[in-house]
Amino acid sequence: MNHSLLDIENLSVYFDTPEGVVRAVDGISFDLAPGETLGLVGESGCGKSVTSLSILGLIPTPPGRIKSGRIKFEDRDLIGLDTENLRRIRGRDIAMIFQEPMTSLNPVLPIGRQVAEPLMVHKDLTKSEAFQEAATWLDRVKIPAARKRLSDYPHQLSGGMRQRVMIAMAMVCRPKLLIADEPTTALDVTIQAQILSLMIGLKQELGMSLLLITHDLGVVAQMASRVVVMYAGQVVEEAAVTDIFDQPFHPYTQGLLKSMPRLRVRGDSRSQRLNEIPGTVPLLTEVIRGCKFADRCPHVFKRCRQQQPELFVIRNGQRARCWLKSYPERRTT
Amino acid sequence: MKQFFKNLNFTVGFLLSAVIILMAAASLVWTPFDANKMNPRERLQGPSFSHLLGTDQYGRDILSRVMVGAVNSIIVGLVTVAIGLSIGVVLGLVSAYYGRLVDETIMRFSDFLFGFPAVLTAILITSILGPSMINAMLAIGIFYIPVFARLTRAVAMALWQWEFIVAARASGASEKAIAWRHVLPNILSPLLIQGTIQFAVAILAEAGLSYLGLGTLPPHASWGRMLNEAQTFMALSPWMAIFPGVAIAWAVLGFNLLGDGLRDTLDPKMVRIR
Repeated sequence: MNHSLLDIENLSVYFDTPEGVVRAVDGISFDLAPGETLGLVGESGCGKSVTSLSILGLIPTPPGRIKSGRIKFEDRDLIGLDTENLRRIRGRDIAMIFQEPMTSLNPVLPIGRQVAEPLMVHKDLTKSEAFQEAATWLDRVKIPAARKRLSDYPHQLSGGMRQRVMIAMAMVCRPKLLIADEPTTALDVTIQAQILSLMIGLKQELGMSLLLITHDLGVVAQMASRVVVMYAGQVVEEAAVTDIFDQPFHPYTQGLLKSMPRLRVRGDSRSQRLNEIPGTVPLLTEVIRGCKFADRCPHVFKRCRQQQPELFVIRNGQRARCWLKSYPERRTT
Repeated sequence: MKQFFKNLNFTVGFLLSAVIILMAAASLVWTPFDANKMNPRERLQGPSFSHLLGTDQYGRDILSRVMVGAVNSIIVGLVTVAIGLSIGVVLGLVSAYYGRLVDETIMRFSDFLFGFPAVLTAILITSILGPSMINAMLAIGIFYIPVFARLTRAVAMALWQWEFIVAARASGASEKAIAWRHVLPNILSPLLIQGTIQFAVAILAEAGLSYLGLGTLPPHASWGRMLNEAQTFMALSPWMAIFPGVAIAWAVLGFNLLGDGLRDTLDPKMVRIR
């Protein structure tokens, strides 16, 4: 696709550690159209965050290095771009929200200052103009008495409020792409819903694209139109959000869906045990010849251990990295 | 402010240092006698109503000289800490940020400076440059550079891992802006604590140099200088040595306790570096 906003192709990010080379991201590809919301899903340590950091060139080098691949943003390859040009993109064209609102704000700077900072860096606004704009944004993310709050310090705000400040900070320059790395994981469920609806509203208003990184499928169902599932540094399945929930193909995606806690319906007396996926994620330092999920897969057969499957097209818009595509009879229900 | 005074160290240190600072401030406008005026007829007197702390061998009022000496000590403390802070903090930040070879070079240079006995080298420097208060401050200040460089580096290194630094970077801030706007404000409290303690050490060091005749030159009053002059008359009039001695101990204790109190009160989670 040529009209995509962000196009990641065959990206590999390795980390050199004393224990060996960690293949945190191992040849992933996906793209994101303008205005689209893409959910990037997977468990902890599957490479979601490394992917998002490498988009902005924030992988600490060393020990990290981008082994191969291209990250195209508006026809520019972000890999190999010098710091000066990258900085012009960071915060202005691509902004990012982090998981931990407790540690993502500077504890000793007033929040107004922090929200105004990207404006002063990118838009050449004077201090008072930037603070004016910052106040407007705090108001837009529904912080009550925004103007008075400008001089508050992060410790004076609740977790939800801090996340709102983070969102305001990311949005002040009206980015074309917002990367949200587990934006609601650290929040209460009720606050989560508020933050998500706030993000949906702002996204529609600004028409930006959203790369939503999460392990929470509930959040994905609410927000995303397309989903990429990652496992051990690879994309294992990619599909429209309805297909992911209605007809997941990859056993890992199926496992993830089954391990979601469900509320019991009244009258249903069977107490359901929460499903889990047996086993653990393989060490990313290991070189695995076959499918990386083989050890945990309920349908595993010989070929899975011999050769790594490619991303097969399952149906229009859905791809999965699984040999079951070629051997459907091996699926044991 | 209330929380500070809950701390005994801070309260005592605050009161002791306040006395020294008030005394110095007062001496700028008023002293009981002219501190440098000689009055041979009243020399070597013990404490009395007219001369509360007695007089020295030239008949100068010791109370007046102790008061003026306080100004001297405070100037030395401020200037030396300023030298150490201004250069040390920059070196520490550079060291923490660049790491590897740059860090290695700066830290080995620090070790090199630390390796020398401070007082001995200060003596060397002042004897080369000539005795004067400015040279004494320079000699002490140079030794403060590695103290603040190491502290800044240690705290900054830990800070650079924080998520808000990554967040600032992700919003397009340059590394220099991150160092000044995000890292530095977060290390101010350990620097303040260390600064207070080094302030006390500087007072002691200057007294030592002046005692050896390498610091403040006569006739200016300096506590160390006064001790030196009192030495000859120890048996005859011990108060000449006792009062400046008490002043030194008082000031050093006061600023040390103040520093300890600040450390106990300001963020107990902060990395403690001695």
